Amino acid sequence: MPRIAGVDIPQEKPIHISLRYIYGLGPKNSRDILKEADVDPQKRAKELSEDEVARIGTIIDRNYIVEGVLRRQIQQHISRLKDIGSYRGARHRRNLPVRGQRTRTNARTRKGPRKTVAGKKGVKELHG
Amino acid sequence: MSRSTKKGPFVAYHLLEKVNRLNERRAKEPVKTWSRASTVIPDFVGHTFLVHNGKTHVRVFISEDMVGHKLGEFAPTRVFRGHSTVKKEEETKT
Repeated sequence: MPRIAGVDIPQEKPIHISLRYIYGLGPKNSRDILKEADVDPQKRAKELSEDEVARIGTIIDRNYIVEGVLRRQIQQHISRLKDIGSYRGARHRRNLPVRGQRTRTNARTRKGPRKTVAGKKGVKELHG
Repeated sequence: MSRSTKKGPFVAYHLLEKVNRLNERRAKEPVKTWSRASTVIPDFVGHTFLVHNGKTHVRVFISEDMVGHKLGEFAPTRVFRGHSTVKKEEETKT
């Protein structure tokens, strides 16, 4: 069973798809890595030789930030924004959209499920 | 889209002059400014700015991490004190 960049064990799929299950690698990175490692992208993950797996592993270790390290880096960047007291940090702290989107409607990804407030007028009524 | 590198960061000229004068005398005085759009440059580190938020001037002490951000990012223009409670809303209606 192939094991690349820590614990990720994507199998049964073509390797260029499997690599994308690693946090931090998308279509573009996946293609670049396989080209550099000289591995056929259409080959199934389980059909890879030990050597091919090792080559892919070293390339990722050397040139890419993935998984835990990447997650930590992102958290650091966010906490930096919070520490310097910036507007963006404040938006992160309150779980609201950071990049100036509207919050009167939508913004559900950041705000989570709707919390209905009794007596509050709906959007339709406000416009009418 | 981000600003062209050719132009360099935007800092209001009057602000730049003022800080340069302060740096020459190695002085650290709060600088009152309305220029929220000015970028924080390394020369600003250690200085205190009083950034206008539309109403008053907010005290902002510049640390190294703030370089590259705009002054306005540190002086919020809106105050959100929470929504009125449901009870209050009902009382005003009746």
